[in-house]
Amino acid sequence: MATPLIQISGLEKSFSTNESWLGQWCFRQGKLARHKDSVHALNGVNLTINQGETLCVVGETGCGKSTLARAIMGLTQPTAGEIHYLDQRIDQLNDRQRMFFRRRMQMVFQNPYASLNPRMTVYQTLSEPIAFHQPQLSRIEIDEKIETLLASVGISASSSDSYPHEFSGGQRQRISLARALSVEPDFIVADEPLSALDVSVQAQVLNLMIDKQAERNLSYLFITHDLAVVEHFATRVAVMYLGRVCELAPTKELFSSPKHPYTRALLSAIPRLDSTTAQPIRLIGEVPTPIEKPIGCVFQARCPHANQRCYEELPKMLLQSDSSSVACHAIEEGRI
Amino acid sequence: MNLLSVSNLNVNFKMKKQELAALIDVSFTLNRGERIAIVGESGAGKSILGFSIVNLISKPGYIKSGSIKLENKELTKMNLRQLQEIRGKRIAMIFQDPMMTLNPVLTIGDQLVETIRSHTKITYKDARNIAIEKLHNVQIASPETRFDQYPHELSGGMRQRVIIASVLLLNPDIIIADEPTTALDVTIQAEILQLLLAICRDNGVALVLISHDLGVVSKVAERTLVMYAGHIVEEGPTLEIINDPQHPYTQGLLNALPQMTLPGQRLNQIQGSMPSLTERPTGCAFHPRCPYATEKCQQEQPSFIHSGVSSVACFLVEDMVNDFANQDEEDR
Ligand SMILES: Nc1ncnc2c1ncn2[C@@H]1O[C@H](COP(=O)(O)OP(=O)(O)O)[C@@H](O)[C@H]1O
Ligand SMILES: Nc1ncnc2c1ncn2[C@@H]1O[C@H](COP(=O)(O)OP(=O)(O)O)[C@@H](O)[C@H]1O
Ligand code: SF4
Ligand SMILES: [Mg+2]
Ligand SMILES: [Mg+2]
Repeated sequence: MATPLIQISGLEKSFSTNESWLGQWCFRQGKLARHKDSVHALNGVNLTINQGETLCVVGETGCGKSTLARAIMGLTQPTAGEIHYLDQRIDQLNDRQRMFFRRRMQMVFQNPYASLNPRMTVYQTLSEPIAFHQPQLSRIEIDEKIETLLASVGISASSSDSYPHEFSGGQRQRISLARALSVEPDFIVADEPLSALDVSVQAQVLNLMIDKQAERNLSYLFITHDLAVVEHFATRVAVMYLGRVCELAPTKELFSSPKHPYTRALLSAIPRLDSTTAQPIRLIGEVPTPIEKPIGCVFQARCPHANQRCYEELPKMLLQSDSSSVACHAIEEGRI
Repeated sequence: MNLLSVSNLNVNFKMKKQELAALIDVSFTLNRGERIAIVGESGAGKSILGFSIVNLISKPGYIKSGSIKLENKELTKMNLRQLQEIRGKRIAMIFQDPMMTLNPVLTIGDQLVETIRSHTKITYKDARNIAIEKLHNVQIASPETRFDQYPHELSGGMRQRVIIASVLLLNPDIIIADEPTTALDVTIQAEILQLLLAICRDNGVALVLISHDLGVVSKVAERTLVMYAGHIVEEGPTLEIINDPQHPYTQGLLNALPQMTLPGQRLNQIQGSMPSLTERPTGCAFHPRCPYATEKCQQEQPSFIHSGVSSVACFLVEDMVNDFANQDEEDR
């Protein structure tokens, strides 16, 4: 039975795009009016991440994946909704209260260049979080720990005095992972950790993540646009579109029978290696920016199956017979 | 005659203390209307090869030796004016970042009209009509509105469509597309690839698609060249390369893909990573990462040999081909 580790409910986040007071005034129909523009990055996200599982989040650029990751990590304050770690609410903690969770939850970013401090050696990068979170450890114990960590991510201990620029992209990403692992977390959020890496190196980093999960029952929230990686690595998949989850399914079910019209289009667009010539499903137009809060279905503007109800009413996530959940009126009505 | 033939191309970077070889003895041909792909991981030299074809390699890089022929014209010997003529009318380039080509301070329309009027004498109004028609051809919705917008007002996918429209205006013989869809979402990528494919097919344009993604390549290219550390290591029909790779690097690249192992299992990784220009190994450039490397591989550079319908630069394959030939001889 799956035990929930992280529970997210009704999560919303909007950013105002004209912060300055002056910038909010404009002429409308001959009158001066005040108007705040905002981007609705998350519009009511409900998700659970179970212990020991990998929940992959996929969706187009701008659909809110990174905002979700940052909100979970407490790097951005949600506008509404709740995030729980086991039975504790963690979305409104102050810095001191968050400390405990910093140790339990870690994040790995897309660009290991940007996330590693260029002026810190590998040793310093790893010893800092360990010394901070486990102040009881002696110098020797810390050194031992770093040695084991480096060995486990395939970086030779002799390069512990090297700086990030002396490593390749894949090595840097493995060092980022070593840093995340150094405090022995239960949960790692990885935001496109493989995107900057070559295929052969991607495999090295992914293997490391697979090994660590097996060793320590780690849970991952794994954001990626590479659907081949998702199919391989995910326990379950959440498909996001414009700040909402439109389909949530066990990996096998998602790939064998995608249901939401967006998921179908997305999967049909994967450039598979085989010589099949199946035509990708074409979507109308491009992804809109979520300036307005959606009233109907978020996908309605590009959906080939949209009807009047889709414009007016937000579809609810409904459980299907194969234990996937989909938010789509057409599916509920049996139209597709 | 081949439309394009590159032979024994060597491109070097002249650094303060040393000369670094970026492309080593690269040779290939391209026929009229043919679509080929250049694949390999970052740092292999794909972009440098793309730039070299139109002699656009910038300092400290230079073409050290070799020949690049467009039909019977030698591009390496041309002066700037002649090259500009070629670049404008016969060989067009599409980059990963459309902003490398688009001018941020001009509207989409003005840029297209300028392109048209630079080589045809027609009125602004006529040029505008042609431009709008081309925008329509590349499936840009409401082209009249887009005509008056600036590049930053368009999404990445739309910008790439504008580039394709502008390439269409020139009616080139060859399009060199360097990772044209790498920055785009999968759904948009699929559309741009289809568009590119349709345009090449309909107009008999030859395509050199540069990509790190074998999936993308398999959808577009008839023939594939695999590059590693400045060398072409394997060349053959795309399906053959994918279904029966022969060079250990090509094999490793394909085997490392997630779909090659059962879900949840460890992937087949290749140890190490692509060497930089300063740390290129002796012998076969792949030998430090190759599971089959012998002493010979560390010392000598393998040359290209035919193996089936492909060509491969690898001693292992060479030995197998030779053994096979000897066997044949004995049997007779
Ligand atoms: N700090 C910010 N200020 C304003 N808008 C933002 C900010 N961060 C993200 N956004 C907007 O929120 C939306 C979701 O962004 P993001 O979470 O980064 O998406 P993804 O990671 O899926 O590409 C986008 O429209 C983006 O432009
Ligand atoms: N201006 C330059 N000076 C020195 N080295 C360069 C320069 N441009 C590219 N290189 C090097 O040449 C090699 C090949 O680069 P490139 O053709 O861009 O690779 P690819 O496109 O296959 O990723 C890389 O090792 C790169 O670092
Ligand atoms: S709810 Fe309507 S618009 Fe949304 S995906 Fe389903 S059919 Fe399309
Ligand atoms: Mg993101
Ligand atoms: Mg490149």
